Amino acid sequence: MNRVIAVFTKESFLVPAVAIILGLLTGAIAMLAGGFNPVDAYMALIKKVFGSAYNFGETIRQITPLIFTGLAVAFAFRTGLFNIGAEGQFIVGMIASTVVGVSFDLPAIIHAPLAILAGAVAGGLWGAIAGYLKAARGVNEVITSIMLNWVALYLANWVMNAFFIPAGKQTSEEVKDSAIITIGWLAEMFDNARLHWGTLIAVLAAIFFYILLWKTKSGFELRSVGLNPHASEYAGMNVNRNIVKAMFFGGMFAGIGGATEILGVFHYQAIMTQHTGYGFDGIAVALIGGNTPFGVILAAILFGVLTFGASGMQFSAGVPFELIRVVIASVIFFVAAHGIVKIFVKPILKKKKEGGN
Amino acid sequence: MDWGLILSNLVHDTIVFSTALIFASLGGLYSERSGVVNIALEGMMIIGAFTGAVMTYAFQDSLGAWAPWVGFIAAGIAGSIFALPHAVASVTFKADQTVSGVALNFLAAGLSIYLTKIIFDGAGQTTTLSTVFNKFSIPGLSEIPYIGHAIFEAYPTSYLAFIAVFVTWYVVFKTPFGLRLRSVGEHPRAADTVGINVKRMRYTAVMISGMLAALGGATISLTTTSNFSHNTVSGQGFIAIAALIFGKWHPAGAMGAALFFGVAQAIKSLVQIFGLTNYIPTEFIFMLPYVLTILVMAGLVGRSSAPAALGKPYDTGSR
Repeated sequence: MNRVIAVFTKESFLVPAVAIILGLLTGAIAMLAGGFNPVDAYMALIKKVFGSAYNFGETIRQITPLIFTGLAVAFAFRTGLFNIGAEGQFIVGMIASTVVGVSFDLPAIIHAPLAILAGAVAGGLWGAIAGYLKAARGVNEVITSIMLNWVALYLANWVMNAFFIPAGKQTSEEVKDSAIITIGWLAEMFDNARLHWGTLIAVLAAIFFYILLWKTKSGFELRSVGLNPHASEYAGMNVNRNIVKAMFFGGMFAGIGGATEILGVFHYQAIMTQHTGYGFDGIAVALIGGNTPFGVILAAILFGVLTFGASGMQFSAGVPFELIRVVIASVIFFVAAHGIVKIFVKPILKKKKEGGN
Repeated sequence: MDWGLILSNLVHDTIVFSTALIFASLGGLYSERSGVVNIALEGMMIIGAFTGAVMTYAFQDSLGAWAPWVGFIAAGIAGSIFALPHAVASVTFKADQTVSGVALNFLAAGLSIYLTKIIFDGAGQTTTLSTVFNKFSIPGLSEIPYIGHAIFEAYPTSYLAFIAVFVTWYVVFKTPFGLRLRSVGEHPRAADTVGINVKRMRYTAVMISGMLAALGGATISLTTTSNFSHNTVSGQGFIAIAALIFGKWHPAGAMGAALFFGVAQAIKSLVQIFGLTNYIPTEFIFMLPYVLTILVMAGLVGRSSAPAALGKPYDTGSR
């Protein structure tokens, strides 16, 4: 994992930028092979996002959960863990907030924060399962968290079917008004795009991420374990406890993301036939963002634009939506194999040096 | 109730569901024995399931019963080509092998549906294949009461899977190639010193891995589902990795573990037949294979022994 982090401290912006360009080029090649015009398709994507106030607002809605899942993956990366389970943590966050949002009758000032807190705790505990199994039983967190993603999906469907979905329907009852975090006036400004306080919470979460990891003793331990668990152990840190802690905080970010998606966007939970995808895109967001909170926000904006705009691409240029998944996969690949990217970056770096002389 | 018949059905179904897992975990074995983590088994299975379905679709009218074989072989070829980027990233460019594998998984998921939509006019899944593999009864043996139905009335791909286990055992433990493969995974520097080309061995291993995993994927679309869609593979590649670890990176062990996970799937269909869904929510039955995987992995504490150089890129300059 440290290799991935190391790249960004050295070549900061250049490597991810080139990886993104290479990813978009790979997508263009796939489109050419499929008989589509990539220029038209990418134009359609941009037009979709910036074409109307509503779509622009909806893009912000799309970006918000990606910030949360990006932070979830990035946080665990910092402790040397690969949290591929953000998807499952996001889903249990959705369940918990729906349960609290539907079941309780409280004043809004308590109800909404309580529902978000429930999502945070549920996501955190879900992440901590993988952390605990890694710490106590030595089980690879990648495998367990992937399995937990599937368990979360079916668990969500069971909880909803058994307790919250009226017979013959596919969606749960709506959460109480007091738990809803949609911002009415802002939504109106954007032609009823589903804008909510979750976006602000996402930015606050990124700030919390920064302060916790770089300004507290606990954060120093978490990062230290990520950089060298053996040295940390020798220095008297409890490596296992830090592993569980990192997965808890990571899961917490994803859980809040799931909660705000329910409370701010849908107001109900539907039966899921497949994963939301936010957790998986969060991996790309974290990697491109260099596992830093500010980088995660920038990367989330990029991937929010790509994934939301992709529907425009399908509509106007006929390119199947899944193309954008190919682009995202390629970007992850090029970040992992940054050696390939460096081949492209080298000439640029050289030029810069010559320019300086 | 005839418990003999129930048991016979259970074993029969277990073999059906284990087939893909056996192929894929053997695929993982080649790669990981050479020292390359292969979390991309899932993606390779997806590519195999997709290629198998599409090629069978293309040839089912002209070749009839032979079409699934064309699909099956094409899947193996597609899988080994698809594995190449993973080898390039993790062997040549010394990338983080887990991240590179995850990238391939996403690529497979996106690319397969993208191509499906192009080929099948925007549909998210292939049309149902009219020709797939049929179960093959071994003459004589399949007449044995209970046991015949359980073991000797299987898909041809299932027989191939068990043959592949034996072949893999022989190749890995009884041939010079296998010795080199293992040495590269245990101590690449020592292997390099005695003249083994570490990089070439790892490239070969990763590509064999892609081929076998893809064959596993193809067995799903060409036997049980008869089509390809986004949830044809649904996490079986990861269960195959768990089977490999559970089986301690040994072909027979991996096969045993794959059969164990196959039981979980078989119980799933058995439960539905017996109407137990009135007592146990279906969601819990769907969860079973995944929960079982977690429990098995958690029970393995300290007992799994991975190849020593697993996940470590080999750098000729390092000590």
